[in-house]
Amino acid sequence: MRKVWDIHGGIHPPENKTQSLEHAIEFAGIPAQLILPVSQHIGAAASPVVQVGDTVLKGQCIAEAVGAVSVPIHAPSSGTVTAIEDRPIAHPSGLDDLCIVIDTDGKDIWHQPPSTRDFTQLDKATLVELIRNHGIAGMGGAGFPTSIKLNMREPSNIKTLILNGTECEPYITSDHVLMREQSRKLAQGIAILAKLVQPEEILLGVEDNKIDVVAGLQDALKQHDFSALTGKPTSAEVITFPTKYPSGGEKQLIEILTGKQVPTGSLPASLGIACQNLGTAVAISDAVINDRPLISRITTVTGQAVAQPRNFEVLLGTPVEYLLARSGYNASSSNRLVMGGPMMGFTLLDITMPVVKTTNCILAPTEAELPSPPPAQACIRCGLCAEACPASLLPQQLFWFAQGKELEKLEQHNIADCIECGACSYVCPSNIPLVQYYRASKAEIRQRDADMQQAEHAKVRFDARQERLDRLEAEKIAARQARQAKAAANKAAQAGQDPKAAAVAAALARVGAKKSALEAAQNASAPEQIPAATLATDIDDPVQRALAKRAKQEQAGAANPAAVLQRAVESAEARLEKARLKLTNAETVQDSNVDAFKLAVDKCQSKLNQARAALDAHDAT
Amino acid sequence: MFEFILTNPFLAAVLALLALGLVFGAVLGFGAITFKVEGDPIVDQINAILPQTQCGQCGYPGCKPYAEAIANGDLINKCPPGGEAGIHALADLLDVEVIALDDEHGMEDSRKIAYIREDECIGCTKCIQACPVDAILGAAKLMHTVIVSECTGCDLCVEPCPVDCIDMLPVVTGKNAWSWDLPNPTINAGPIIASDRELGRKDAAA
Repeated sequence: MRKVWDIHGGIHPPENKTQSLEHAIEFAGIPAQLILPVSQHIGAAASPVVQVGDTVLKGQCIAEAVGAVSVPIHAPSSGTVTAIEDRPIAHPSGLDDLCIVIDTDGKDIWHQPPSTRDFTQLDKATLVELIRNHGIAGMGGAGFPTSIKLNMREPSNIKTLILNGTECEPYITSDHVLMREQSRKLAQGIAILAKLVQPEEILLGVEDNKIDVVAGLQDALKQHDFSALTGKPTSAEVITFPTKYPSGGEKQLIEILTGKQVPTGSLPASLGIACQNLGTAVAISDAVINDRPLISRITTVTGQAVAQPRNFEVLLGTPVEYLLARSGYNASSSNRLVMGGPMMGFTLLDITMPVVKTTNCILAPTEAELPSPPPAQACIRCGLCAEACPASLLPQQLFWFAQGKELEKLEQHNIADCIECGACSYVCPSNIPLVQYYRASKAEIRQRDADMQQAEHAKVRFDARQERLDRLEAEKIAARQARQAKAAANKAAQAGQDPKAAAVAAALARVGAKKSALEAAQNASAPEQIPAATLATDIDDPVQRALAKRAKQEQAGAANPAAVLQRAVESAEARLEKARLKLTNAETVQDSNVDAFKLAVDKCQSKLNQARAALDAHDAT
Repeated sequence: MFEFILTNPFLAAVLALLALGLVFGAVLGFGAITFKVEGDPIVDQINAILPQTQCGQCGYPGCKPYAEAIANGDLINKCPPGGEAGIHALADLLDVEVIALDDEHGMEDSRKIAYIREDECIGCTKCIQACPVDAILGAAKLMHTVIVSECTGCDLCVEPCPVDCIDMLPVVTGKNAWSWDLPNPTINAGPIIASDRELGRKDAAA
């Protein structure tokens, strides 16, 4: 018997697990409508690749992953996409988020025929790619994309692979029935994980209130030769330990099974440990061996307000409403609906919310079963919370600091290590909703850090802009001073008689001569008297030349408007002639642009008419 | 030496004190040059607390000038974007009384971001010149747009816009930005004694 350790604190709330364990897993059926939020995992939301009106088949990808930390989403059944819009989602905020809505056709047609694959022949990269492409995210609680957790550098530094079969929260039995009924698939999933992670030992941790599944799991694990998969001696065992809440927390389970504590602010991987959820392992087995994406999960529906508590195999996107109807829900006797367990779950504000990848339980308790929280009273400093805290924190100190919004003190007291398990609130004789204080404070700390980062960024940009403006101003001043200095130097040069000044004077004289020649030409009435050479050849720049020519013509025009008009008539006639020629050419070769040429001829004709009219008018005056 | 002290005790004391003064003066002088602190550290600390919106609502052309003014004795309640929390932090740092935000400089408001209605923009570049953090992108006679991640919500671009096409919109908070609120102890406060509570419920039912 392997040694197991104990964690600090913990509580023993009534388990209430037997109600939903009487029946085998039942397929919940295909609801008329499936609502699939594009963000069911941590990281970037998937981006829809279907349009409203598209017909989708079961298992077809309907939203693809965006970026590295993201997973795609697949259609859980065949049907038609009827909307891609904001709908209420399963989230404590009760906010709406983008969902793909599929109206099912009931035919449940797969988009590809069933197939099986031998995973032992696949390399690591292919396995990780398969896990990512089949939309697998952690099904325990947070929904972290599994492929990222498994895509580790070579050689793997993970020595221990832990499978979390604890399920310590009251009421929830989805992992329990999974171990009971799908142990073969689970073992396959563990084998795939072993091939990926290459650990030296595989530990499947199970609380001793699920002792009935241990023998089956051990048999299933014996079917696989883990040493052959990892290429080194690897042991796999099922370990039971005393039931206590919250031993299923990742860090808590690691301490129980290995005696090691994960340091503040670091991941289990730093100790050479990787933790995986059981549902995720089964989903990996489905994805890799049967090529079946993550489109359903096991969800417990329980509580005294439902007539037949049981575990359902639920298609993702099934509305909670539909599941409740299937299990005989009595709305009048229920005081609220909880998604998740009674300790860490959140109240559902809308029963049209869909089941997502992380939904392990729908709890419908009566008022007597799970009373509304009584009014909070003053803290009496009894210290029960500190005894119950599994992370060895000081909940009442944190409570004071949270009330006073002393964020730095909260950080010093390691609020980041709080796993929000609710053990402190459970034992509090004053009914203080401690966890809510911690959640709010954690959010405030995150917000403050984000604000500070933003302020720092803004400061840098402001300073950079200020520096740029100052530099531009300085440059402007420098340029002005340089101009002034140059002007002063020129003046001095003119006054003095140095060789430079003589050269400048000579240049000025040349320019003056040219200018006077030009003026003389402009004053002359006849255009042919303009010394063309001055204008056409002395200026090299073609633009300048064109301008000069234009100026020359204008000068000439001012002197002799009749000549200008005469020239306009002549050029219009020439153009009309050209246009006619083009038109006849086009007509002979049956060009498609004949109409355009006709238009051009008409235009030229009208321009010619205008020019002639102008000439006549001038002649008349 | 000893004889000199015995014969001229007064002179010896004066000389000794003078020597001490010279030595310590030299040490202090050396220290003042070697360990000189660049800039005013208190200004930097104040500036770190200010929200760096650069909005100028305090009457100074940016956060740093206001920080300098506070260091020189100006009031700490002129920064609406920093709000009450900012005033508390400043009061803590400077060890002065917490005072209420001065309404004259504006009210504390939720964080906003400027958005340009792009089809109405005429490309005059006036807002670009007004933006203190270079968060507006555009060129003359071309459409401008706000780089949302850089905008501090300072409001300075709204005024110069000749066609009024800039809106200050509250930051969109989605699922990821949502957070739990601190519990409000007064909301749930019914009668504390359990038997009273039963009575209260019956009354409510009746």
